Amino acid sequence: MLSYKASSDSHGQDSSYFLGWQEYEKNPYHQLHNPNGIIQMGLAENQLSLDLLESWLENNPDSVGFKRNGESVFRELALFQDYHGLPAFKNALAEYMAEIRRNKVKFDPNKLVLTAGSTSANETLMFCLAERGDAFLLPTPYYPGFDRDLKWRTEVEIVPIHCSSSNGFRITIPALEKAYQKAIELDLKVKGILIVNPSNPLGTSMTRYELNLLISFAMAKRVHIVSDEIFSGTVFDCPHFISLAEALMDRQLENTDMWSRIHIVYSLSKDLGLPGFRVGMIYSNNETVVSAATKMSSFGLVSSQTQYLLSNMLSDKKFTGKYLKENQKRLKKRKQMLVSGLHNAGIRCLKSNAGLFCWVDMRHLLSTQTFESEKELWKKILGEVGLNISPGSSCHCSEPGWFRICFANMSEETLGVAMERIKDFAESVTSNRNRNISTYHQMICDKRLLFNKWVFKLSTNDSESDR
Amino acid sequence: MRLLSRKATCNTHGQDSSYFLGWEEYEKNPYDEIKNPTGIIQMGLAENQLSFDLLESWLANNPDAAVFKKDGQSIFRELALFQDYHGLPAFKKALVDFMAEIRGNRVTFDQNKIVLTAGATSANETLMFCLAEPGEAFLLPTPYYPGFDRDLKWRTGVEIVPIQCASSNGFQITAPALEEAYLEAQRRNLRVKGVLVTNPSNPLGTTMSRSELNLLVNFITAKGIHLISDEIYSGTVFSSPGFISIMEVLKDRKCENTEVWKRVHIVYSLSKDLGLPGFRVGAIYSNDEMVVSAATKMSSFGLVSSQTQYLLSALLSDNKFTKNYISENQRRLKQRQKLLVKGLEKAGISCLKSNAGLFCWVNMKHLLRSNTFEAEMELWKKIVYDVNLNISPGSSCHCTEPGWFRVCFANMSEETLKLAMDRLKSFVDSISKTTSHQMVKNSRKKYLTKWVFRLSFHDRGPKER
Repeated sequence: MLSYKASSDSHGQDSSYFLGWQEYEKNPYHQLHNPNGIIQMGLAENQLSLDLLESWLENNPDSVGFKRNGESVFRELALFQDYHGLPAFKNALAEYMAEIRRNKVKFDPNKLVLTAGSTSANETLMFCLAERGDAFLLPTPYYPGFDRDLKWRTEVEIVPIHCSSSNGFRITIPALEKAYQKAIELDLKVKGILIVNPSNPLGTSMTRYELNLLISFAMAKRVHIVSDEIFSGTVFDCPHFISLAEALMDRQLENTDMWSRIHIVYSLSKDLGLPGFRVGMIYSNNETVVSAATKMSSFGLVSSQTQYLLSNMLSDKKFTGKYLKENQKRLKKRKQMLVSGLHNAGIRCLKSNAGLFCWVDMRHLLSTQTFESEKELWKKILGEVGLNISPGSSCHCSEPGWFRICFANMSEETLGVAMERIKDFAESVTSNRNRNISTYHQMICDKRLLFNKWVFKLSTNDSESDR
Repeated sequence: MRLLSRKATCNTHGQDSSYFLGWEEYEKNPYDEIKNPTGIIQMGLAENQLSFDLLESWLANNPDAAVFKKDGQSIFRELALFQDYHGLPAFKKALVDFMAEIRGNRVTFDQNKIVLTAGATSANETLMFCLAEPGEAFLLPTPYYPGFDRDLKWRTGVEIVPIQCASSNGFQITAPALEEAYLEAQRRNLRVKGVLVTNPSNPLGTTMSRSELNLLVNFITAKGIHLISDEIYSGTVFSSPGFISIMEVLKDRKCENTEVWKRVHIVYSLSKDLGLPGFRVGAIYSNDEMVVSAATKMSSFGLVSSQTQYLLSALLSDNKFTKNYISENQRRLKQRQKLLVKGLEKAGISCLKSNAGLFCWVNMKHLLRSNTFEAEMELWKKIVYDVNLNISPGSSCHCTEPGWFRVCFANMSEETLKLAMDRLKSFVDSISKTTSHQMVKNSRKKYLTKWVFRLSFHDRGPKER
């Protein structure tokens, strides 16, 4: 009676990524009310700089009061449903995006399409660029939500580009070629590559080398590149963020075919910490894509009330400059706290310069190098240690033992508690292991003793009792 | 290899239709009382601009709601982070209560069965994704809202098969028309998954009668299919007969918790009665758990801004306000519709008797050169380019009879409406003069005279241009 989409599980939300979230909801940590509850470390939110936004709001009441220069613009906004978006907002957004990229690239507001979050932007791009029987290549590990966002209603397939820890999970030519071949084997037409840069869950920004590799590959195969740059405002350390657009410009590829095959996705959910406001966007040099995506945005327009508020905020250049710097400073500090906390627990993570999380190596805590073992470890950490972290398998990582741990969605104190818990846990695993090892050795010794005794018994005909 | 998808490059978005083209013409030459008094008056946009003052005064008296405060405390953080696709509980509660109030509390709604979406546009598309596969069909009574060709079909791959309604019975749905549509779908090898109705109707402006609703329930029961009732205009019913929701009919027939009860889904939005299309607030209401569950996940692709959810939860929770708003808004709509109807009457034009909506379904058959859609298009172009009124031709609404037009009345000031009526009257008068002039000449001269007359007509005062 219902469609396949509604009654199957192709939405991918039965994955552990979402299940851990559900467990957290049942027993959430609270410093006072529930100090033994589960600490949420699986949610990539930025809660570190909301005070900066609040103080801006206090100083600029007109933007929330539907006023412009003291005059009411309520009617105008209430009626504004033009899918071309509020011009002032698109202008401010285009400039803000350029600012994030140190003005190395400029964006034309006419090539920008507003959408209700990047969730909507990514799905819309799939609808525009591909159809059933087509595939996009994605480097692993990748954001679990993509299985729903890119595939569910669009019927487009994802074929993974397997990346490995041996080179810091960087994309390589062999990995690209392998993925492309795999798609052919599966009878799928590759329409493009989708990358998240800076990466979720790795927390690293792509090197120029990687970007060039991708561009060359996309040119050779004549495919699209979608660059989800949602975390671009969270780069807190060097190397600097290099946008896909910048890489193409540096290769003088404007006005080539390739230029019209790159599309950038952005959102205010991560650097500004406003996921509730549903502000995303698609940027494309391809007129047909902009035109089709604009019409499709009817299915997920941004509230005019929200467009107005943010057009004022982002037009305030004094504010945005200060915000970007201060936010990045806070993210860096908080990440360092997580990294040293993990270090204290004998746990390392991938060296990262961006994002709201670290990609953590817990391979040494696995009983075996298998995904079953990873699942076991994840369940223990969720159930016994009381931390919701995201297992690498939910991100389609090809190697077991990696976990994504978020650091920007809780207070410093809570992060401290989490680090204590993990230290205790890691220590207990190690000491258990030592105990197990010593037990094992003891067992071996006992067996030998038994054997010797038996031999001795045989030779002496004694009937002593054994250990 | 095809670079873009078929969806991106074809025109199944339906936006090449005249409905949208007229809009574009208006954009190029919009009427303004002072700056462009001879410009095109927009009468093709079903917006409600009559009751903003009521909303603005509420805002002035309740400043907290817009500035992220609750009882004087800032809840900005909480809202900034709130992206739960289950929606803000306070908002869902206020919304279902508001929906019940609109229905005179003859039915109540459960807030756990409602799914918030970015407008009814999103709600309708989402329901298609949930209820039908590409290649399956929904039956829609004609005339229907032109946007459905995009909203229901474009990305979903679902087909629309029309249920032909006729002026002979006021365009009401009949059992034969339903059966014929079902057969037509079968002839086209399309599996019918359901019926979608807009009640009150766009573009008719009428509410469905109880017998029509019963007919529909019988039909979907017999065929084992779904019924979607887009009740986006339910708050705009301004005169009798009142609004009867499909839920009320099911309740009266004691269908709760039966199979058919689970196959009826309601769509709503705040864009029409509250006049807030910019805020993107829509909803799906369903008694089917699986539909609610799937639609909730799908709403990720079009969530309502938490900033907006909060503002409106405060507004709609104010029962004193909502009660007054509903009745005052309806009173104003009624008054404005009368103005349009009278104005049309003066021009010798009649319309379908209506009791709801933001428009009238206007009969201009007598102004057609011939009873054809070509003639309707000709007339429409004249009205847009010569009379400078953007109205929506019936063909864009898939009407089976030429000569009907949808004319909106709630998206302009009273003065502008009066001006539009004057222009229309002058236009009709000029056509009559032309017609009577022609009748005294022979056929060849008739055409020459018409051409000559038109030339001289164009030289007349600025009002006619």
